[in-house]
Amino acid sequence: MGLENTLFESLPDVVTVKLDAVVNWARKSSLWPATFGLACCAIEMMNTVSARNDLSRFGAETFRASPRQADVMIVSGRVSRKMAPVLRRIYDQMPEPKWVISMGACATSGGVFDNYAIVQGVDKVVPVDVYVPGCPPRPEMLVHAITMLQEKIMKESVKDRRDTFEPESRVSIVPGTLPVTEGTALERETEVEVAQNEISRPYTIPSRHERRRSS
Amino acid sequence: MTEKLHEFIEKVKAENASWVADVKDDRDEVTVTVPRESIVDVCWVMKTKHGFDMLADLCGADRGPEEDPRFEVNYHLFSTKHHNRIRLKVLLSEDDPKVTTVTTVWKTANWHERETYDLFGVIFEGHPDLRRILLPSDFDGHALRKDYPLRGYEPYSMN
Repeated sequence: MGLENTLFESLPDVVTVKLDAVVNWARKSSLWPATFGLACCAIEMMNTVSARNDLSRFGAETFRASPRQADVMIVSGRVSRKMAPVLRRIYDQMPEPKWVISMGACATSGGVFDNYAIVQGVDKVVPVDVYVPGCPPRPEMLVHAITMLQEKIMKESVKDRRDTFEPESRVSIVPGTLPVTEGTALERETEVEVAQNEISRPYTIPSRHERRRSS
Repeated sequence: MTEKLHEFIEKVKAENASWVADVKDDRDEVTVTVPRESIVDVCWVMKTKHGFDMLADLCGADRGPEEDPRFEVNYHLFSTKHHNRIRLKVLLSEDDPKVTTVTTVWKTANWHERETYDLFGVIFEGHPDLRRILLPSDFDGHALRKDYPLRGYEPYSMN
């Protein structure tokens, strides 16, 4: 993270657009998930990886048990208050660039469990990139979420994701209040594209690392 | 089928009449209410003399804040030889929810008593390691009491 940022910050947009395309293509095509199957949604996640709906077609070749070797954390299942600090610790141990998919109703919003023990939505603990509804979501829905995440990754820029200092990274941010940065060439392209076909707009809350590119 | 159980209870009563406070036989289930001072003795007698070698479950129940005694602790005993089941019940009032532990009789009571302490606040005297087991260790209150709200007191925040 640090090296690419410092190297490419000073480059003109003409160069970084090409770099973005290549780097983002590389990142999206080999998204390795970290196993974070907590409850019943984990079974559908297993189904997604198995032969019928094969997730490794999309680059998620292996599910790494160690978070240090993983790119995306698929939080599948309800997160209890006792588990929430553990979840945060695993997320902190993942190296940048990292993304989070919140799979299922319980991870998205607490699901059917509106009580003292379950965290009402995992975005109170980690910043989420893609939410998948369902109880449990069908494997095809999880595949669609990975595809959505890949589209989101294509819109990023190498100049993002600078290192944040410890205290700053622990502040929880209200979704929708991210600052919008000045446009790069990629942003202008994306905004035109978004204006042209509304369907491609992802229904997501941008993660903390992403400067808002399309709103 | 419950005649055998009633025989056991008569034998226990013959040992010490104060051990059996109340017997209830409902839908083929026999429940014996035991005063809390003598629960360990009754359990020893049940285990050694009458063959109830397995403590199938130890759970608490909250009858409601208006009832007195408020809490009950249920011991479900099972005999692996004769396949008999019997329930022992101890009633505890709210201002003194203490009862002696039965971990000396059955080791499995260790975690069940921790769960009862965690969710109801019943204190087991003599327990080797009485601390919370299901809820987080810094949780405030006892969650399965009838006057604890379903959603808890405050939403989760990391700060």
